[in-house]
Amino acid sequence: MPDANSLYGPLDPAPDAGWVQAGPRMGFFTDTSVCIGCKACEVACKEWNGVPDSGFDLLGMSYDNTGALTANSWRHVAFIEQPRPAGHRTPPFAGTPTGGPVSATSAAVAAGSADPSGTDPGVPPDAADAAARMAAGGTPAEGTAATGANGAATGTRFLGMPGAQPPGRGTGAKERTDFRWLMMSDVCKHCTHAACLDVCPTGALFRTEFGTVVVQEDICNGCGYCISACPYGVIDQRRGDGRAWKCTLCYDRLGAGMTPACAQACPTESIQYGPLDELRERAARRVAQLHGRGVPEARLYGHDPTDGVGGDGAFFLLLDEPEVYGLPPDPVVTTRDLPKMWKRAGWAAVAMAAAAVAAFVGGQS
Amino acid sequence: MSPQRPEVGDLFRRFRQRLAHGGPVHPGRPSVQLGHGGKVGAGPAGRPSGPDVHAERVGRGADGEPAGPGTHAERVGRGTGGEPAGQGADAERVGPGAMSSGRTGRDATGESVRSAAGLEPRLPRDVAPVARRGRERRGGEELRVPEAEFTSYYGRPILKAPVWRWDIAAYLFTGGLAAGSSLLAAGGQLTGRPALRRAGRVTALGAVTASAYFLINDLGRPSRFHHMLRVAKPTSPMSVGTWILSAYGPAAGVAAVAEAASLLPQRGALGLARRLLPPAGRVAGLAAAATAPALATYTGVLLAGTAVPSWHEAYPELPTIFAGSALASGAGVGLIAAPCAQAGPARRLAVAGAALELWGAHSVETRLGLLSEPYRTGAAGRLLRAGRALTAAGVAGALVGRRSRSVSAVSGVALLAASVATRFGIFHGGVASARDPKYTVLPQRERIRRREAGEV
Repeated sequence: MPDANSLYGPLDPAPDAGWVQAGPRMGFFTDTSVCIGCKACEVACKEWNGVPDSGFDLLGMSYDNTGALTANSWRHVAFIEQPRPAGHRTPPFAGTPTGGPVSATSAAVAAGSADPSGTDPGVPPDAADAAARMAAGGTPAEGTAATGANGAATGTRFLGMPGAQPPGRGTGAKERTDFRWLMMSDVCKHCTHAACLDVCPTGALFRTEFGTVVVQEDICNGCGYCISACPYGVIDQRRGDGRAWKCTLCYDRLGAGMTPACAQACPTESIQYGPLDELRERAARRVAQLHGRGVPEARLYGHDPTDGVGGDGAFFLLLDEPEVYGLPPDPVVTTRDLPKMWKRAGWAAVAMAAAAVAAFVGGQS
Repeated sequence: MSPQRPEVGDLFRRFRQRLAHGGPVHPGRPSVQLGHGGKVGAGPAGRPSGPDVHAERVGRGADGEPAGPGTHAERVGRGTGGEPAGQGADAERVGPGAMSSGRTGRDATGESVRSAAGLEPRLPRDVAPVARRGRERRGGEELRVPEAEFTSYYGRPILKAPVWRWDIAAYLFTGGLAAGSSLLAAGGQLTGRPALRRAGRVTALGAVTASAYFLINDLGRPSRFHHMLRVAKPTSPMSVGTWILSAYGPAAGVAAVAEAASLLPQRGALGLARRLLPPAGRVAGLAAAATAPALATYTGVLLAGTAVPSWHEAYPELPTIFAGSALASGAGVGLIAAPCAQAGPARRLAVAGAALELWGAHSVETRLGLLSEPYRTGAAGRLLRAGRALTAAGVAGALVGRRSRSVSAVSGVALLAASVATRFGIFHGGVASARDPKYTVLPQRERIRRREAGEV
């Protein structure tokens, strides 16, 4: 007996799909405030699920070279660099000395490590005079590294340590930048109302007893309908294979009572796996905690069972608007409008038949 | 970023100017971008100087800042940057090359360097090269879409563009043609117009065979096409369509084969077939005509039942457009094949079909606000304009050339071509709307705004 909310609205999906003794709905809570962008989740997912390699192209946009969730990337760590501070914390580098190091030597020492490493950092191995100069304490700097020493008169010029300093230190307080990095491990949302599942014409996509959505690779015939139907742009067709692939929430591991590979591998517990109700409570507490600590922009995404997709099985704590992370701000499952669509199609069909009848009945030629 | 930082550098301004003048930066090709997830301005939609304004973003490298930490991305809003309007009217998104996360725009033109290094960003699947718009958009009223700012993840699309190739657009046409032809054939059968009946039945079989080919050919695993028959799901328009086709196809096939009855010998087993085929064909022809309207209109739900913004929001119109287009193409077959004495119903069918099609197409091009834009610009806009012109020409020819077989036939060809253009136009419009995050984010933002304002 289908629920009144089968197409839209709050729903417990597993019983609606016909599971009689379904356990609690399981899901992910991804807390992006503690994500460090290490991509261990991407690797663990590929290792466990045998997902083909991807992401060897440098996309040239950020530290994210995966780009998006695809058939070959079931976890995707988004990376955003923003010119604004995180929360209202102390601006970075306030109180630290400004300007470059006083001498080349101090620059070398500052960039080096405590343990001897053979060659001083920044000194070319075979450049004897440079090494000697460093060993002798360096020439008194005509200028600091940052101001671009004008050492042309003596034939030497210290070029500074590329990228060894924190931003802004070498260029003076005026040139400091204030920025933050956002990292988020994106994944299939395992929607309550999963458009991919509802529109699949072969029954390859199905609802598991954990309330998740899984593609059966031996059934899928690559019609591609699920790909256009997903409001998050998650599921994708694998080139050379033709079938649609996406995160299974490690259905095989769940069946054995194990944690999904990505959550298992996450070193900061940014990805948390568990019963969805519990995760929602935990997430609400975490948001309150962050607000209390002065991160007013922390918000949950996909946690609300009354949203356009009936709530996500994998939801997120974000530090900015969803679209910054490449998420739709207000996704709505396409099947919400399905009854209205069929009705319009029915009227169009009636109009078509009526036109045909009229064309043959009316007139005399 | 700190306010002391300069605005977009001269280097990059020059780069964009070169881009606008058709410089060496790959024209109209989607390419990798630099930037951050900051705000970008989407120019006012439908601005005369740049109708297909894509929110464009640029990244500014760390050149000239020796101690810089890397890439400070900078924000640039099209149409807000104070550059002369009309310049860069066709600038596509550009970004420095695949490697250069910290280069300036000038390096981005080093196409040869990049391709030599094998770092050329790969074209996304089935991206049709975006043609440069050689002329301003003509006609049509201005879209009143407020200038909006929106954010996206480095300008990347949020949705996956449909993986359907041109087969599906072609199927939209052949499926409609089959439906229209079957209606024409049934009418001819019932009103004693054998030329219409024969042409309709034969065309219907040809078109439905082509449809089956296109549908199966577009599958990622064509050998598994029969998996469609495992289930019947009312929530899946494709499953419903599969069953409609399964009912329609055999009926159309029997009706068409029955047309060959007179070629069979009088005696023997084939003689029996010769006697049985005509009544079977009559029943089958009526069965095919009964399922034809469903076949022609379910494709509207097929496209609307996706997350593709311009398809989904057009759900009230798509079935009507496709019904009209199917009628017009069926009428086209009648005009081509039937002598003038029998073609009267085809003419009236052409008028009715054209009216539905033109009303629907006009509606999706104007009613949907920002989401109408993909139907008015680019390849989709050109196809839909061509479809409109051909429909008008076809209907005019059908009405004027009442006594001329050749004028009627030319009109019929025009109607068929119009149907092809309309289907491909609707198809490409939707694909374009899925490729640009603007069409995903802005309408959803607007929905949130209206909900929060209590308007819904």
